[in-house]
Amino acid sequence: MAPLVSIRNLRVEATTDAGRKLQIIRGVNLDVAEGEIVALIGESGSGKTTIAMTLLGHARPGCRIVGGEVRVDGADMVALGEHERAAIRGTKVAYVPQSAAAAFNPAMTIMAQVIEVTAIHKLMSADAARAKAIELFKALSLPEPETIGDRYPHQVSGGQLQRLAAAMALIGNPRVIIFDEPTTALDVTTQVEVLRAFKAVTARHGIAGVYVSHDLAVVAQIADRIVVLRHGEVQEVGTTEQILFAARHPYTRQLLAAFEPKRQDRAAEVAADRPVPLLEVRDLTAGYGPIKRDGTPAVAAVKSVSLSVERGKNLGIIGESGCGKSTLARAIAGIMPGYLGQVRFNGQEIAATAAERSREDLKQMQIVFQHADTALNPAKSVEDILGRPLTFYHGMDGRTRDKRIDQLLDMVHLPRLLRSRRPGELSGGQKQRVNFARALAADPKLIICDEITSALDTVVAAAIIELLRELQRELSLSYVFISHDLSVVEAICDEIVVMYRGERVEQLTPETLATPSHAYTQLLFASVPKLDPRWLESLPA
Amino acid sequence: MNKRILSLAANRLAIALITLVIVSFAVFFATTLLPGDTATILLGQSATPEAVAGLRTAMHLDDPAILRFLHWLMGLAQGDLGTSYANNMPVAALIGGRFVNTLKLAAITAAIAVPLALTLGITAAMWRGSVYDRAVTILTIGIISVPEFMIATSAVLIFAVYLKWLPALSFTNEVSTFYDILRVYAMPVLTLTFVVSAQMIRMTRAAVVETLSTPYVEMALLKGASRPRLVLRHALPNALGPIVNAVALSLSYLLGGVIIVETIFNYPGIAKLMVDAVATRDLPLIQTCAMIFCLGYLTLITLADILAILSNPRLR
Repeated sequence: MAPLVSIRNLRVEATTDAGRKLQIIRGVNLDVAEGEIVALIGESGSGKTTIAMTLLGHARPGCRIVGGEVRVDGADMVALGEHERAAIRGTKVAYVPQSAAAAFNPAMTIMAQVIEVTAIHKLMSADAARAKAIELFKALSLPEPETIGDRYPHQVSGGQLQRLAAAMALIGNPRVIIFDEPTTALDVTTQVEVLRAFKAVTARHGIAGVYVSHDLAVVAQIADRIVVLRHGEVQEVGTTEQILFAARHPYTRQLLAAFEPKRQDRAAEVAADRPVPLLEVRDLTAGYGPIKRDGTPAVAAVKSVSLSVERGKNLGIIGESGCGKSTLARAIAGIMPGYLGQVRFNGQEIAATAAERSREDLKQMQIVFQHADTALNPAKSVEDILGRPLTFYHGMDGRTRDKRIDQLLDMVHLPRLLRSRRPGELSGGQKQRVNFARALAADPKLIICDEITSALDTVVAAAIIELLRELQRELSLSYVFISHDLSVVEAICDEIVVMYRGERVEQLTPETLATPSHAYTQLLFASVPKLDPRWLESLPA
Repeated sequence: MNKRILSLAANRLAIALITLVIVSFAVFFATTLLPGDTATILLGQSATPEAVAGLRTAMHLDDPAILRFLHWLMGLAQGDLGTSYANNMPVAALIGGRFVNTLKLAAITAAIAVPLALTLGITAAMWRGSVYDRAVTILTIGIISVPEFMIATSAVLIFAVYLKWLPALSFTNEVSTFYDILRVYAMPVLTLTFVVSAQMIRMTRAAVVETLSTPYVEMALLKGASRPRLVLRHALPNALGPIVNAVALSLSYLLGGVIIVETIFNYPGIAKLMVDAVATRDLPLIQTCAMIFCLGYLTLITLADILAILSNPRLR
């Protein structure tokens, strides 16, 4: 029997802004059998989403399918006209987007959008469609299934929207569903629920799936087979077990290696005496909105948090989105309008806002932001970006500054040739290195890293972590490392503070990491996907 | 929820009211800065200094400016627009008929221009990059670039002088049948439609094109939606805010900015009245006209703001 989906020698071409054409998918072959879930895995730019989109006969603006065929249930999506493609979309092939929050139309109710497929393809009456949608909401264990459809997208949470997007895909009884990184934007605790709902629903209806992800552990829970992609080419195909436990291709092994626990043995370096901590935060409360009479902000994102960082040690702060970890980082760095409580650096209390802090205080403590894309001025070259703090903090110019810029680039392992480039001409990993080098330019003692690896692929992120460790050894730095990703924090931190709803829940050392005492920490740790295909089932419901 | 909308709308209205007071202040003091002494102008160069002084006292021209302003503002609030200096008639009587004429012209133009501009803008966005889209774009840019007096005089030259289909001047008091209306209004409306549509077409197209590149429109495309559905159901409701603002801005022009068209076609509207008032230093008339323009502008913009709020479920 012919497979449900068969892609043969697919080639997709992209036109760059400069007008240059390049092949981003180079001769990919792929089969998906009836009811089978195949994962496409690879780092960003590997072409996994582009391939998945071709199943719908769609190429994003700037891309064009230039060769090969994509057969879905016999029909070649490449050869079909726009009308025939539209007839297949939503009925035979459906799509679950990466960010449901962006994929729902803000001006329409959820129900109108969920049942739109049935109206477009005239599948059933509106009442029948509504009844079916409510059934699906129940099957996807959404709260208040009867009424949730009457709300607007901004009135439900991200995890619920993602499941509603699945309902939207299921309503037309498709044969194949494309899952485009559907859980990447979610917290680990929410991700578990969403994955479970997807798995149950596809299994019950015998729907085939193409699951696009960069996260092997997530894919391991849901896929029957895994296709490893890189630079638009298939590197390795195998069953989930084969890929996880008997990978043949070096690139697959590299991806797997990024998952191995990198917990380091740092206990030997413990200082004998306990001198004044480098950074001490006492009862810090910060937030947004107008300040109330008692001095607290209207919305307190961080409530009375205390912590300390020893010299040469790293503190991790972990928690899901909205727990206040970034607000805490910004308050410590002095870029919030103010806060209650105390921040002491080297035993000295420092002012609440960066504007009031001395240049010396500012120099000692630097912050690196998550998105290098937005943190670096796109109009400045790398040397301007690095040169400015050198002039500002150290009054350097001319040859001394030039030399120092070269040294900084060496430190973050970037070729000196890049110094005249602008951020737009660098890769994501390179940008984050420049971003980090800019913080190093001040010669700080402490660097606050706010989710600096979250926007990077696993392999690139692992390299950045390695770099941080190396720099720490050479420059005796301390890091405050903020992340929602436990494995990253574990890899580099001596102590970990767990935050939940603005409060410090627990502080863990490497010894107590395996046995957290607080219920929320236990849930958080248990929700991190493991490279074990049976992990999801093994979780208590 | 509805409470929130009401408070947002009330907020907009309050802002409009405050703006109106500030503008009245600016209008009053700007007009008093006009060169020349009103009493001298009214009485002519040969008047005796005593006569001028007497008139100044009678007209309260010697009072401090702030007093005169407050006096005038109180009068406005009570519906007393003052008396024209030039011909000693109540300003209200002078403006009345003219204002109705302006409103008529504006309403007819709006009724033609708005649907036309929205249709062209939306369809151009729907078939972006096609020959049709390019034709619309080139045409609108072409029209924006031609000054309105050029369009108006060309229209007169073609339709009145060469073809002799239409009268060159608009004598609104001779209108009795529908055919007359057509003949009288054809050229002014045509010219104004050209002038105000171009901007609306461009803004509508831009707003719709921008929402067409959002992920939710791509999602709708991947659900199998047709192009008209993508534009009308998904893109348009989210582009409504910028579109109604562009429409309001264009329409406000029709209330006060049509002086060139009124002059060329000799159409008895309010813009022409104001220019005549400037020539005769008729301060009460100038002030009232300026306030009417401002009021019309604020009403339209506030209306657009409130419509934009209503079209956004996040604010609703």
